[in-house]
Amino acid sequence: MSNIVDARGLSCPQPVLLTLNEMKKINKGEIVILVDTDTSKENVSRAATTQGWNVKSVEPEGIGYRITVSKE
Amino acid sequence: MTTIKNFFATRWGIISVGAFIGVFAPLLQRWGNPANMGICVACFDRDIAGALGLHRAAVVQYMRPEIIGFVLGSLIAAYVFKEFRARAGSAPIVRFVLGAFAMIGALVFLGCPWRAALRLSGGDGNAIFGLLGLIGGIWVGTLFLKGGYNLGRSQKTHTSVGWLLPLIMLGFLVLMLIFPQVQGQEKSGVLFYSVKGPGSMHAPLIVSLVIGLLIGFLAQRSRFCTMGAIRDFVLFRQTHLLLGFITLVVVAFIINLILGQFNPGFAKQPVAHTMSLWNFGGMVLAGLAFCLAGGCPGRQLFLAGEGDGDAAVFVLGMIVGAGISHNFGLASSPDGVGPYGIHAVIIGLLTCLFIGFTMRKEVA
Repeated sequence: MSNIVDARGLSCPQPVLLTLNEMKKINKGEIVILVDTDTSKENVSRAATTQGWNVKSVEPEGIGYRITVSKE
Repeated sequence: MTTIKNFFATRWGIISVGAFIGVFAPLLQRWGNPANMGICVACFDRDIAGALGLHRAAVVQYMRPEIIGFVLGSLIAAYVFKEFRARAGSAPIVRFVLGAFAMIGALVFLGCPWRAALRLSGGDGNAIFGLLGLIGGIWVGTLFLKGGYNLGRSQKTHTSVGWLLPLIMLGFLVLMLIFPQVQGQEKSGVLFYSVKGPGSMHAPLIVSLVIGLLIGFLAQRSRFCTMGAIRDFVLFRQTHLLLGFITLVVVAFIINLILGQFNPGFAKQPVAHTMSLWNFGGMVLAGLAFCLAGGCPGRQLFLAGEGDGDAAVFVLGMIVGAGISHNFGLASSPDGVGPYGIHAVIIGLLTCLFIGFTMRKEVA
């Protein structure tokens, strides 16, 4: 079961901030982040990569995206 | 399309956009814009307020086509790359107030972060205090962000909501064409123009507009943001946006050297004053307000162009703030701060603290 961060409708830098908080909380595993702009999609993916997390998939969902990141 | 899309989200993408602005801002000065003011979003919004008669400071009245171009260029990019998303409803009144105080702070320093960078690259040492203030204000903002500050979610809305600010900008452009500047006259139809001072100095309309459109387009693609540059570094040690901002300063410095526009010093710098404490203080206020609102004044224009109705409200707050700033004697001049500038900075900081402390969590 993945942890879900719903960052839809939130402006910069909330999506990244919420994602990083979740990463700190669970340390490893899988997180699903929901965003609704391309900017947030890029920012979250970039932040995940710099934190050593793997961006597993980015799928369109609704008007935004569903990003899945994971760390072993 | 995808390759271009990915390119601007990359490190070299943001660097190239910083370089583009770094080349064309000093060139705009060569082509007529005021010194160290090739592009200044705050000053240009202020000039627009003057052109509309929202304030009557005779030296700063001009409907700046760069601003119009920023919004419309971003709109075009958003549609070309299918990123236009009309959204609104994330505490608009707060964004209006933040926009107004951001403008008031910026006009105490005499420039937004863009102009702070351009002033520095033109040799104006006073800009160092402004930039330090900007960093200080953003740093305070990041403390609020870490503490859970946020303005709540925006909602998807009617497409036309996202079109309103672009349409207003289009309207401004039409007004300029119907009522063009008449040499030596302060008014043409409904629009005010400056006969002397910074408002009288401008590149030809078409040049300003085209460069504005190009920057708007590129900045929408790259998410260029001068406040985000510093914020992301302070908050996450993320250097992505910072690279773009630093590139702007370095490239503008080189171009200024080539054009003979680099004049190092503190005294008698163009459209600047030497009251270091208030160059610093004004930008603390502006930096904090930009940080709490999620973007520098340029970024707010680009967001408004891609459909963000809340960013549009921030922009309108800035324009109204400029009116208040000049009508109430809050704005600085080359002689120093205005009669009530310091009071306004303190009230602005208190307002920002109130907003920062009371708007937390509850993002359900």
